Amino acid sequence: MLESTLNVPPGALIAEASPAPPSLSKLQSGDRVEFAQLVDTYSGPIYRLALKIVGHPQDAEDVLQETFIKAFRNLSTFEGRSSVATWLYRIASNEAFMALRRRKPEAVSVDEEIETPDGEQEPVQIVDWCCLPEEELLSSESREHLDKAIDHLAPVLRVVFLLRDIEGLSVRETAEALRISEAAVKTRLLRARLQLRERLSHYYAERLKVEQA
Amino acid sequence: MTHTHEHSECRKLLASLSEYVDGALDESICDVIEQHMGECERCEIVVDTLRKTVELYRATVPAPPVPEDVRARLFLRLELTDFMKAMESD
Ligand SMILES: [Zn+2]
Repeated sequence: MLESTLNVPPGALIAEASPAPPSLSKLQSGDRVEFAQLVDTYSGPIYRLALKIVGHPQDAEDVLQETFIKAFRNLSTFEGRSSVATWLYRIASNEAFMALRRRKPEAVSVDEEIETPDGEQEPVQIVDWCCLPEEELLSSESREHLDKAIDHLAPVLRVVFLLRDIEGLSVRETAEALRISEAAVKTRLLRARLQLRERLSHYYAERLKVEQA
Repeated sequence: MTHTHEHSECRKLLASLSEYVDGALDESICDVIEQHMGECERCEIVVDTLRKTVELYRATVPAPPVPEDVRARLFLRLELTDFMKAMESD
């Protein structure tokens, strides 16, 4: 499916290849070792992102494959105005949303209402659970709860949260990856974080009661 | 949780709290928020638990590795199978 633009003996150069950051000039000259490194470095984060957006392992795998195939095909026209990582996240987010639209069109269509500026949902859960011990906050049950809470976010909020708080992109990089304004990133991030705070507070308040009983 | 002050202040500050926990706001706005938190236990709890929420998610990074079979099919599809073997040894 992909043309081998350069035949490098495998293993020969791999030991010298630096892990990060990816060299755009090498990638654009068709250096397959560099491309393999890129795949190796970013397949984990991109698979995780895809899985959390589409919620289905087979779709996530398709997104993962399509992302790197498109990246490979479009490398020559990539201008490098954003980092290679941000560019990969952009391709992956696009692919994931296309997959989501195919599987759950209704989940994406309600997203239009997200941008209404009529203020945030007032916080409901007012319990200070920060004092819970670390082993309680990050127990395997808690981790599972943290993970599930993300799934309740609307997809457009979820993707902003995933890029910014899970993948660690800056507000600006998140805006570039999603082709939205930085103001929109901030609004959606706030909304996502407040909704997650509600869910976590609900959960940890229960843990707190157990702890204090 | 009793609060006798103007509740509209809480609503106004809510929009800034995400940037506040990121440390992305000007000092003057931080001062306003901190002064309010000193007088409003409710907002103080919201800020503390919001900050903790973000921290907990950040603590769950890095990404778990891609399942072996998914990774193998990816490298196969990209015709990079030879490189995959080389990379496993490092
Ligand atoms: Zn307040």
